[in-house]
Amino acid sequence: MSAVSMEIESIDNPGTPVHPPRAADVNPRAEKRAEQQVALLFALSGVGSLLLMYAYIFIPLDVFIFVPVMGNQNAHQLFLGLGMAFSLFFLGMGAIHWAKTLMPETEVVNHRHEFRSSPEDREAFVQTVKEGVTGVKLGRRKLIKGSLAASLGLFALPPVLLLRDLGPLPGKELEKTSWKAGTRLVTDPGNRPILATDLEVGAVVQTLPAVPEGTERLLSDIAKDPVLLIRLRPEDFQLTPEKFAMTHDGIIAFSKICSHMGCAVALYEQQTKHLLCPCHQSTFDVTRGAKVIFGPAARPLPQLDITIDTEGYLIARAPFNEPVGPSFWERNSQ
Amino acid sequence: MTTTEKRLGAAANFVDERLGAAGWMKKSLNKVFPDHWSFMLGEICMYSFVILLLSGTFLTLWFDPSQRDVIYEGVYAPLKGLKMSAAYASTLDISFEVRGGLLMRQIHHWAANIFMAAIVAHLLRVFFTGAFRKPREFNWILGIILLTLGFLEGLFGYSLPDDLLSGVGLRITSAIVQAFPVIGSYFSFFLFGGAFPGVGFIPRMFTIHVLLLPGAFLAVITIHVMLVWYQKHTQFPGAGRTEKNVVGHPILPVYMAKAGGFFFIVFGVTAFLGAVASINPIWLYGPYTPGQISAGSQPDWYMGWLDGLVRMAPPLETHAFGHTISWNILIPALIVPGIIFTLMAFYPFIESWITGDKREHHLLDRPRNVPNRTALGAMSITFVLIALINGGNDILATNFHMSINQIMWFSRIAIFILPPIAFIITKRLCLSLQRSDRDLVLHGRETGRLVRMPSGEFVEIHEPISAEKRWILTSHEQRAPLELPPVDARGVKRQQALKNKLRVRLSKAHSVAVPKVSAAELKEIEQH
Repeated sequence: MSAVSMEIESIDNPGTPVHPPRAADVNPRAEKRAEQQVALLFALSGVGSLLLMYAYIFIPLDVFIFVPVMGNQNAHQLFLGLGMAFSLFFLGMGAIHWAKTLMPETEVVNHRHEFRSSPEDREAFVQTVKEGVTGVKLGRRKLIKGSLAASLGLFALPPVLLLRDLGPLPGKELEKTSWKAGTRLVTDPGNRPILATDLEVGAVVQTLPAVPEGTERLLSDIAKDPVLLIRLRPEDFQLTPEKFAMTHDGIIAFSKICSHMGCAVALYEQQTKHLLCPCHQSTFDVTRGAKVIFGPAARPLPQLDITIDTEGYLIARAPFNEPVGPSFWERNSQ
Repeated sequence: MTTTEKRLGAAANFVDERLGAAGWMKKSLNKVFPDHWSFMLGEICMYSFVILLLSGTFLTLWFDPSQRDVIYEGVYAPLKGLKMSAAYASTLDISFEVRGGLLMRQIHHWAANIFMAAIVAHLLRVFFTGAFRKPREFNWILGIILLTLGFLEGLFGYSLPDDLLSGVGLRITSAIVQAFPVIGSYFSFFLFGGAFPGVGFIPRMFTIHVLLLPGAFLAVITIHVMLVWYQKHTQFPGAGRTEKNVVGHPILPVYMAKAGGFFFIVFGVTAFLGAVASINPIWLYGPYTPGQISAGSQPDWYMGWLDGLVRMAPPLETHAFGHTISWNILIPALIVPGIIFTLMAFYPFIESWITGDKREHHLLDRPRNVPNRTALGAMSITFVLIALINGGNDILATNFHMSINQIMWFSRIAIFILPPIAFIITKRLCLSLQRSDRDLVLHGRETGRLVRMPSGEFVEIHEPISAEKRWILTSHEQRAPLELPPVDARGVKRQQALKNKLRVRLSKAHSVAVPKVSAAELKEIEQH
C-alpha cells in the first residue's frame, strides 16, 4: 500500500546563503541616513495625529471643499480620515524601515521535531485513561449508565424549549393577506381610491388595501399586501376563462411580492408587458397571467380578483386564492 | 548596570517568581518566522479583525439596534420627517452628526471587505502551496470555520442599518430560512419574532453581530494562531531549508518590528480608504419598506457568488401531499454551498487518501509541482467567479448593454463547462512550467546575448543558474502513484476492489509529472 518512491538522487542542498551586507552595515554615513529616515517617518506620523486633532476640533461638519477627481468632499470627514491614515501608516512604515535597514538581518535556524509523542508517553497515556475508566466501572453499572444517558437527553431539551418565546407560531399567517371581498384598492403612496375609468391603457399603479382613516399599516402587512394594477387592452390577454374573469375591463391585478424570494417585483417593461424582479431577474408575462418566462421563480405571481363598486372604484372581489410571496413547507399548492 | 536595566530586571523578576515565565519567554522570543510576502495574507486577516473590533466598538456607542418607528429629525434634509426605524435613524446620525462617525462606519465596512478578501487570499495561498498537509489539518478546518463565520458576520453587519438595500437582503434571508422543509416557517417566525420583517430581528442580529460571533472569532483565531506558533510556520523550499528546520528571523526584534509595523500600515490603508472612498452610503437608499426596492440590488461581494447561484437556479419546486419544497432556493443557497464547504474542509484528508502520504510536511509545494491540486484550485476559482459574474448580471447588463437573459444562460452553461476546462488548462500549464524548470536547470538562463561563431552560426549564450536556484528547482519530491493490486504482498485478497480502483486512478492522475533533473543528469551536462 505504500507508495513506491521514484525519488532519484537529488543534488546537494547548498546550505543557507550568506546575505551581502547592507549599506547601513558597512557605511556609517548610510547608517546615519537610515536612522534619520526612520525618525522622519515617525515625525510624519506625528503630523498625521496633529491633523486628526485639528480636524476634529476646528473643522465644522458642514464645510465642503472641492478636490480634483473626487469632487465635493466633506472637509471634516476628509481631513479627519487623512490625519488618521497618515498617523497610522507612517508609524508602520517607520517600524518596518527600521527593521529592514538597521536591525540584524542574519537568519536563524530552528529545528523541528516530529509531533508524535514518544512511545512511552503514548503508552502511559493509554494506561492512565484505562485506569480512570475501569475505576468508574461504567460497563457494570447499567443502571447508572442508563439513567445518565436518559437525563442527559432530557437535559438537552430545556434549552431548546427556552427559546420558544422568540416569536409566535406561524399558524395561517403566511397564507393570509389584508385583502377581503370588497376591500378598495388605494394608491401607494397616497392612499387614494382608484376609479377604473381613470386608468389609461398602459398604466401601472402600485396599490395597497384601503385601511380605515388613521390606522397605521404594519410593515409585516406591507410585506404581503402590495398589488400591482396594470391596464392592457382586453384583447392583449391570453388567459384562462377563470383568470380572465378576475380582470376588470383590461385591468389586471397581481401581488407585487415575488413568488421566489419575496422581493418587490418593481420593474415593468411597457413594450413586452413583462414584470421583472430586480433581485434574481425572474420575469413574468403579464398577458399570460404573470406566467414565469425566465429566471428562478417557479410560480406565477398570485392574481387578485378585482371588480368595481357602485361608485366605480376598484375593489377586490375576493381575497387572494393562494398565499403570496415565497414558498414554505406548509404551502398547499393546487 | 544602568538604572533602566535595573528597573526592567526588577519587573522581570517580579513576574518570573510568580509565573516562572523566563524559560518559555526565552524560547518564544527566539522563535523563528520564515519570510515570504504571501505569509502576510494571514496577518492582514488578523489585523483587519482588530480594526473591526476597534471601529465596531466605536459604532456601538451611538447605534440604536431597534426596529421601533421614529420620525427622522436629523440634519440630512432629504429624509427629514420620514418614518423609519431607530436603527436607520441612528445610522444616519452616526454618518452626519457624530464627529468621526462616518469615517468609522466607512473604516468598519472597508475593513470587513479587506478581512474577507484577505481570508480568501490566505486560503488560496495555503491551498496552492499545500500548507494544509499533515500536521496542519486542524488549522485548515479552523480556517474554513473562520471563513464561514465571516460570511455570517458580514451579512449581519451590513443588514443592521435597516436601509432599503439591506432590508431586501433580509427579505431574501427570510425566504431562505422559510425554504427549510418542515421547520422553515417556524424557524423564520422565531428568528424575526413574527411575520417578516417582524420586530425582533435587528436587535437579535445586533447581539449576534457584536457579541456572539466576535467571541467565536476571537476563540477560533486564538487557537488558529497558537497552532501556527506551536507547530512552527511552514517555509518555501530554498537553500538551507529542510523538512527538519525552519529558517528566518527571530521574533525579537525583527519579526516583531515588521509585524507590528505592518499592523499600522494595514490600519493606515484602511483609514485612507475610509477617508476618501465612500462605501455603503445608506442615506441614498432610504428606510426599508417591503413594498419597495431599488434596481441593481446587490449584496457585498463575498455573498455575490451565492446570489449568483440563486439567480441561475432552474425554476424547480415540488408540490406534493399538500406541501411545497423550493428546490430553486434549497439547491443554490444551501445544498451546493454545503457540499462545497464540506469538501473544502475535508480536502487535506481526501488528498492524503489519494496519495497515501501520511508524513509530516513543513516545506511548501510550488503550485506547478502538484498539477492536480493546482488544477482543482483553478477549477474551484472558475466556478465561484462564474457564480459571482452572474450575481452581478443586472449591473453587467446595464453597464455593457448586454442581454440579462444571455448572461444568465451563459452562466448556467458555463458553470458546468468552464471549470473542467480550467482544470485541463491549468494542469497542462503546470506541466509546461515543470518542463521549463527542467530546461532551466539543464541549459541555464537565456542571457539574450547572441554570439557569432567563426563558422558564421549565431548562438545565444546560456548562463548556468545559481546553486540556490538549482536547488529550488530540483529539491521537490516526485512520488510514484499508489499501487493496490487485487492481492496484497502477503497474498491476501484486498477488500473493496472498486474503492481501490478509484483510489489508484486518482493517485495516478495526481502524480503526473515531468521528471525533474537528477544529480547524475546534471553531472553529465557539466562534463560536456
